[in-house]
Amino acid sequence: MPEPSPAAGATVAQFPRGVAPAVKETPFIRIDGVTKRFGSFTAVSSVSLEIRKGEIFSLLGGSGCGKTTLLRMLAGFEDPTEGRIFIDGQDMTDLPPYERPVNMMFQSYALFPHMTVERNVAYGLKHADMTASQRADRVREMLALVQLSDLGQRKPHQISGGQRQRVALARALAKQPKVLLLDEPLAALDKKLREATQFELMDIQDRTGTTFIVVTHDQEEAMTLSSRLAVMDKGRIMQIGNATEVYEYPNSKFVAGFIGSINFFDATVRDIKGDMARVDVPELGGPVDARAIPGLVPGQPITLAIRPEKLSLSRTRTDAANAFPGTVRELAYFGKDSLYRILMPSGRILSVNSVNARRVGENERVADWEDAVWLSFDPAAAILLKD
Amino acid sequence: MKRRPVFLITMLCFGFAFFYIPILSMIVYSFNGSRLVTVWGGFSTKWYASLFSNRQVLNAAVLSIEIALLSATFATILGTMAGVALARFKRFRGRTLFSGLVTAPLVMPEVITGIASLMLFILMAEYIGWPATRGFTTVTLAHITFCMVFVTTIVHSRLVEADEAIEEAAMDLGSRPWQVMKDITLPVISPAILSGWLLAFTISLDDVVITNFTTGPGTTTLPILIWSKVKLGVTPDINALATITVVIVGLGVFVAGVILNRAEKRRERDMHMAYQANQ
Amino acid sequence: MTRAAFFPRLRHWFNRRGWIKITIATPYVWLALFFLLPFAIVIAMSFATRTPTAPPFSFGGEHPLMNTAHFARLFSDDLYIRAYLNSIGNATVATLLCLLIGYPMALGLTRVSRSWRNVLLMLVILPFWTSFLLRVYAWMGLMGTNSWFNKLLTEAYNFVMPADMALRYIPMMNTGFAVVLVTVYSYLPFMILPLYANLEKLDLSLNEAAMDLGSRPFQVFRDVTLPLSVPGIIAGSLLVFIPASGELIIPSLVGSSSRPMIGRVISDEFASARDWPMASAVAVALLLLLVGPLMAYSYYEGKSHEKPTAGGGN
Repeated sequence: MPEPSPAAGATVAQFPRGVAPAVKETPFIRIDGVTKRFGSFTAVSSVSLEIRKGEIFSLLGGSGCGKTTLLRMLAGFEDPTEGRIFIDGQDMTDLPPYERPVNMMFQSYALFPHMTVERNVAYGLKHADMTASQRADRVREMLALVQLSDLGQRKPHQISGGQRQRVALARALAKQPKVLLLDEPLAALDKKLREATQFELMDIQDRTGTTFIVVTHDQEEAMTLSSRLAVMDKGRIMQIGNATEVYEYPNSKFVAGFIGSINFFDATVRDIKGDMARVDVPELGGPVDARAIPGLVPGQPITLAIRPEKLSLSRTRTDAANAFPGTVRELAYFGKDSLYRILMPSGRILSVNSVNARRVGENERVADWEDAVWLSFDPAAAILLKD
Repeated sequence: MKRRPVFLITMLCFGFAFFYIPILSMIVYSFNGSRLVTVWGGFSTKWYASLFSNRQVLNAAVLSIEIALLSATFATILGTMAGVALARFKRFRGRTLFSGLVTAPLVMPEVITGIASLMLFILMAEYIGWPATRGFTTVTLAHITFCMVFVTTIVHSRLVEADEAIEEAAMDLGSRPWQVMKDITLPVISPAILSGWLLAFTISLDDVVITNFTTGPGTTTLPILIWSKVKLGVTPDINALATITVVIVGLGVFVAGVILNRAEKRRERDMHMAYQANQ
Repeated sequence: MTRAAFFPRLRHWFNRRGWIKITIATPYVWLALFFLLPFAIVIAMSFATRTPTAPPFSFGGEHPLMNTAHFARLFSDDLYIRAYLNSIGNATVATLLCLLIGYPMALGLTRVSRSWRNVLLMLVILPFWTSFLLRVYAWMGLMGTNSWFNKLLTEAYNFVMPADMALRYIPMMNTGFAVVLVTVYSYLPFMILPLYANLEKLDLSLNEAAMDLGSRPFQVFRDVTLPLSVPGIIAGSLLVFIPASGELIIPSLVGSSSRPMIGRVISDEFASARDWPMASAVAVALLLLLVGPLMAYSYYEGKSHEKPTAGGGN
């Protein structure tokens, strides 16, 4: 995986939670060669992962990718078939869930239906070495943290979904765990509430300093919430990095295709000059200049990938390094941007996303149905992928 | 388009008529003044009077209730344990045999269970001397055995459909498995345990065949008494007894229905409240 | 170990592993003792020899250790063969009738409004909570030769039939018909409830989809509802068929004494003839006849209780 170049470094400020240099120390959680098999099915396949203290780390992947199994092994509900799990230097692998300094927020929230909100939050504290009044204080503090102080006497079925989610959070945080595991924390909420809760979660993590590990299938959620994320597929970790890294510098076709949308092309390396490579792309109808990756040799087959928003459209040819003619086949207007489907002379159709920076009427847009257009992109926009 | 399922509604009406005409007829004839059970001899409550002055019937009823209370309670304890074992302990030695043992009595023809239990009790009396005679003890033991599997079925299916995440959550918060069982699982399934008890109680109260085999002289439960009377033909005081049973059960079901309905209404109100709180 | 240390250690053991062992072992031992052992006794008894002692049987000694004479008698004495045929035939007819009446009722229950549905379900369960014996008894009243019900049926019969075939009453009590009728009446809830539980879970949008694709209501029923309700049909049928085949009360109250039924044969051999080995052999043979249905039932029961296997999923 290429290190972000200095130019790309400028974008680091964009992502929400910069990884402060201070936390770049020994890993707080170490997952070491963990494999989990259910019969003949391998749910998690030799995963090694290091998570730092105070991070919000996301495990991102589609259903069946093994992310939940990995989370359940951290909580102690599943035993790894192979490998070990360390938290804060301590081997957790053989500890039962009730002896781990880890708490979980369940996808279904798993609130105890027969207990009030207060008793739910207090439940974990009965095993803690605390006096009754300390316990009551902690419960009050936790309910205040999630802004539910008035609802302590209600039962779970008497509160709304969003409130239940916050009770589950308060209950899991009440024991001040070293690590909080969140299984699809926002999946059950509607879109508006989800966005608000996302920031609330980040705020609470900031205030408590707890390490969060979030399992999610929602890439936007993972990208907004987490300091780093791991993209998983078929029980393996495909890439670990911050949001920018996995989006702008995917290391594989899977990651590139899983996060955001992208156009892939089969290409062949023609020659390499310094940090630039020229590749032949038959479907585009000519050679493309792209930023090189290490280990390329001329004649090597390779995949070229370009994200739709990095392609620009114009009616006339620009002086960009890479420019190709095409015809507008379809166009969809989304308000803030528009999606074009461009037919290339080779018959290939590709997607172009263009931001509607100005207000324009129907007849004034860059290109219309069946218009001949030029597509261009910067060499830095093109991604070369070996697999 | 919403079509009225005319055929199905007709079948429902027919079915319910089939269910209730015999019962209604029995109730009407319990107020028959005539000794002849099939000839209407004017309205009278004399059969009820004769029923309540019949010590034999009252004693049998009391005995039946005692046995049913005792059997239902033990059956609920044992049945709940079996349900928990099957639903929560995935692997233990002899699990297959165990799950067979809790389903077989459900459908076993009662005659077979009856003679099997009777032979066991006779041989026990013969070789270990306990229970020495057949009667209250043997009937109760037999009732516990065939009632407990009904409790197991109810508890087991409730546990299987319960969200196991709440038990995991309790464990995650530091409770050991036994504590989870005590704090979370048992309270959550308590309605199922209660309905298991009720079912066991009514089954025990109603049983004829197994009681008939396992009981001894002097231990006459109400169904056994009715059975011996009915074998000789239809008598009006049994009509009265049946009417009382139907009324008691009907009232019980009605009260339960009202309570459930109220709980449903409260739940709806709560949901409404939760919805409002969300706005 | 001192006494003082015993109870804390016991509590420790209980909290760790003990409660699990107790939870499994208590019902297990109970059922082994009071359900499995009696069955072992029945099976062993069917090979014993009847003696005029108390208890009236013996193994070995001057008698063969494995006496198979009782099983031979099952095939030679036509009383037993007739009893089996009557019982199985009776149970089969009753099961089919329960299905014919119960299926539309169960389906009808899923089609009425929510509030009605709860009331009607209660009405299905209500007779089940009243005494079984009293339900049989209710029909004895109705089927008697002088009852209003019998008179009504006789009038109707005489109205339809030519005058020379007129009857004074319809003989119903102590007939095979009475046994089937009362069996259907008593076991109908056992058919309706599992069927309802099954049908209620079916997604109504499947029916709408089938209708949308051009099926008429009957075709929808035949192509969608019926195949999907097979598990309910099987469960309900077994719940009726198995107990009905060994039924003792119904035949002895409303049946004909000239039509032997297996439940009565077992009971009579045991109580009147005091022939334990013969009664046991008849019971074992009935069990063998029912092994198929019993296994089918526990298979379907087990399947319906199975949880989708955890793990692997996200």
